[in-house]
Amino acid sequence: MFDRRLVTNLDWVFVGLILLTASIGIINLYSATSGWDSSTPPLYIKQCMWLGVGLLVMSAVSMLDYRHLLQLGPGAYAACTGILIAVFTLGETNMGATRWLDIGLFNLQPSEIMKPVIVVVLAHYFSRHERQDGHSLRELIVPGILLTIPTILVIKQPDLGTGMMLLFIGATMSLFAGIRPKTLVFISSACVALAAGGWFLLHEYQRARIRTFLNPEQDPLGSGYHIIQSKIAIGSGGFWGNGFMQGSQSQLAFLPERHTDFVFSVFAEEWGMFGALILISLYILIVFRGILVARKAANNFGMYLTIGATGIIFWHAIVNLSMVMGLLPVVGVPLPLFSYGGTNMVTTMVASGIILNVSMRRFMF
Amino acid sequence: MPLHAPLPDDEHRKRAFEWLLFSVAIFFLLITARLWYLQVIKADHFELLAQKNRTRYITIAAPRGVIFDRNGEILVGNRPSFSVSILRQDVTDKAALIKNIAEILTCDVEEIEKNWEKYKYFPQYLPIPLKNGITREHVERLSENSMYLPGMIIETRPVRNYPCGSAGAHIFGYVGLISAEELARKPSNSNYRAGDFVGKGGLEKHLNSTLRGNDGQLMVEVDVKGKLLRQRVKHHPTPGQNLVLTLDKNLQECAQRELDGMAGAAVVLDVSTGQILALASSPTYDPDIFTDGISTSAWSELLNNPRAPLQNRAIGGQYPPGSTFKPVIALLAASHPEISQAQIPIMCEGKTKIGNRDFRCWKRTGHGSTDLIKAMRESCDVWFYNMSMRFGIDRIATMSRNLGLGRGYKLPLDSEQGGLIPDRAWKHSHLNESWYLGETAITGIGQGYVLTTPLQLALMTATIANGGTLYRPHILKNVSAHTGDKNTETKTEVLRHSTIPAGAIAQVKASLEAVVHDPRGTGTACRIEELRIAGKTGTAQVIRLADEDEKGISKEEIAYRHRDHALFIAYAPADNPEIATAVIVEHGEHASKTAIPVTRALLLEYFNLEKPDTTANK
Repeated sequence: MFDRRLVTNLDWVFVGLILLTASIGIINLYSATSGWDSSTPPLYIKQCMWLGVGLLVMSAVSMLDYRHLLQLGPGAYAACTGILIAVFTLGETNMGATRWLDIGLFNLQPSEIMKPVIVVVLAHYFSRHERQDGHSLRELIVPGILLTIPTILVIKQPDLGTGMMLLFIGATMSLFAGIRPKTLVFISSACVALAAGGWFLLHEYQRARIRTFLNPEQDPLGSGYHIIQSKIAIGSGGFWGNGFMQGSQSQLAFLPERHTDFVFSVFAEEWGMFGALILISLYILIVFRGILVARKAANNFGMYLTIGATGIIFWHAIVNLSMVMGLLPVVGVPLPLFSYGGTNMVTTMVASGIILNVSMRRFMF
Repeated sequence: MPLHAPLPDDEHRKRAFEWLLFSVAIFFLLITARLWYLQVIKADHFELLAQKNRTRYITIAAPRGVIFDRNGEILVGNRPSFSVSILRQDVTDKAALIKNIAEILTCDVEEIEKNWEKYKYFPQYLPIPLKNGITREHVERLSENSMYLPGMIIETRPVRNYPCGSAGAHIFGYVGLISAEELARKPSNSNYRAGDFVGKGGLEKHLNSTLRGNDGQLMVEVDVKGKLLRQRVKHHPTPGQNLVLTLDKNLQECAQRELDGMAGAAVVLDVSTGQILALASSPTYDPDIFTDGISTSAWSELLNNPRAPLQNRAIGGQYPPGSTFKPVIALLAASHPEISQAQIPIMCEGKTKIGNRDFRCWKRTGHGSTDLIKAMRESCDVWFYNMSMRFGIDRIATMSRNLGLGRGYKLPLDSEQGGLIPDRAWKHSHLNESWYLGETAITGIGQGYVLTTPLQLALMTATIANGGTLYRPHILKNVSAHTGDKNTETKTEVLRHSTIPAGAIAQVKASLEAVVHDPRGTGTACRIEELRIAGKTGTAQVIRLADEDEKGISKEEIAYRHRDHALFIAYAPADNPEIATAVIVEHGEHASKTAIPVTRALLLEYFNLEKPDTTANK
């Protein structure tokens, strides 16, 4: 199965971008968690470990010819949905949410696995149903159902962030595949109606988050606290930043969750807009590189697969950045390659692996 | 495989990619714009908020101004109060810490735990006080063991110190935590905050803004967990201004001591300035019990004590003056011989008939032929009944007011009362009745409607003693950050220049001297070898209590409550007066047994003569 050409065709630029971003992320974690006495080994060391695990996962995903994913798709989807249902009934309650399934070695978050799986099944569907003039509503029923089942299960867990991610990724792929103008208008209005109705299905804390997002100052010590402190951290960084390890918001621990969801705020406070622009440029390069790979993919399946995988990275980055800057409610979406955590690292690396996979095999027919 | 369908690289696909790139670019542009807004446009705003985040302010209590007596003796000072507190961020083992501290302080673990719970809501960087007002001995033992008590700190704050003990507690008042109501009453721009200590009574309350000084501020840098990171003094506390009082510490303590065990009051005035040298009220209380917060039981005991220890009787107690009112009538009589016909003695047969009612003299057998001197000396009621009726109530009222009765003097003290000098207009407006002749007679012996405070009686005595000039009585000599600053000295204020003929004054003064020095006088018990004293005894009838008020009260208490009040006013030296006194002992019955010994002790103390030999009078 191994082919020497694969190494020569490996997208070293993409790998370089991933490694560079992850390295900056680890340096930033060092600062974000400085002064934490409790955990041994320190989190930045653990993140190095997770990066190693991530690189292995990326290699593994890129090695296996993506065309085999076609066969794996439906089974993985069924299994994942089954696990989601299982989690829903048996899952361990962690911080009030049943997202985790203890499978011995580590806790598995099945909703995370669902992200690449949904990409595979949707790519499968769209590559088989190519439409020059865009998809009609009837043709969107199947991908719609494929997307809706896991999304609802995830949101019910409740994990609004991951549910949103699934929805955004699916929507991106569908829009890219093409939707008839009339159908698009219909779906959009249906979505607005659903959103209005969905408000009442949300958990109270989720509603509070949205309310807080709309007006964080109404509850500055409660749920609005995170976003206010995050904005103060970012804003006080100014253009040139306060310097590495010099962010008072971060170092004085005013920033909550500053090693996970709000890790960008630490970076922006210490490195300023100057550093933040460099980081954002890295994400832009990663995403554009992914789109380029899709453009050059050997077949439709590879193209849709890459669009979806790039979408995973793109949407995580955009939603996390918007969230910490107060453009979106705080929904708990990590920043790829930057936030601490194995799950986030593995998900990102799976997506990267898919992109590399398609890229390496762009000359094969 | 069908899935490997060739990429239809047409115009449509190209457009899809263009749209994709465009959308991605828009999203990132949006993020960048937001970043620009936060980090460039609003950078200063957020920098300010970040700075505010880092700092907290802690009040450093300013010591209150010291209160001195006229000779520079400290009446109310400051001392450090120690409390054992806990800085939670440094605590490693809470249970062990509580146990060890309780052991050293020899108190219950529960008590310490209760305080810990009580102040748990305090921000993390503020220490929790576990026990206030601990002894120096405990401080030493805790300090020695501080290595084994991580998180324990000893805090000090300045609290009041009372070198005179309970003497003058009514004047000084006490200090306590500002209450929610008091805080609400302060104007919004005042610098009072919750947790401040304020004067709760007496000078501490009325001159609180002078005494309190300005608290300092400690700037503390903390993190979100509340851990203290750095601190520096933003501004140092400025102590409050000192007060110098007109009081004489020794005289004040003497008055308090002599009144001990009795209910009553004693006032000593400087006759030529109106300065208050002593102002004692009994029973008193120990102001120190308020220092570290008074317990509910101690407080309710003070409030429910039937002898009302919190009341300042010297200025707030209103009593019928009894015979101590007679100098007012005597002055009228001596000033207006054309009306009084005082040169003609009056026959006292133990009673006199007014209308169809007999008005009795205290001496049932009568005084016989009585002139002004004898009337005063032996306190002949009949002479004063007659003399009062010759002048009428309105002239009596005018003379009373000229001598300082019937009004307040705006002392910076609690619940000063104005007393009551009745006249026709008063009776008409308050009781809607006309004035009766009998009431004039009764007023002449200080009974009926007339009410006076001990301060007013002392003032009346001082006014007679100095020849008729009414000075404003005052207690504040000097307010100053630096003791002895002349600029802030309280000026002596003349409220009324004398209009009483010197001859009349001399006549009355001679009669008052006879009260003490004539063997037939009622105040001979006051005699002191080296000192000429003028005085007047008084007995004020107590209005009989209603029966229902006496339920559940012991027989002794009932007997006590039915006894008359004993009064004595005096000035000395008689020929060149320096001080005037007024003493009232509630239910003291005979002045010679109660009010006079107190007065005598005060005179001995002031003139620095032999120590009072009270046994001779008992």
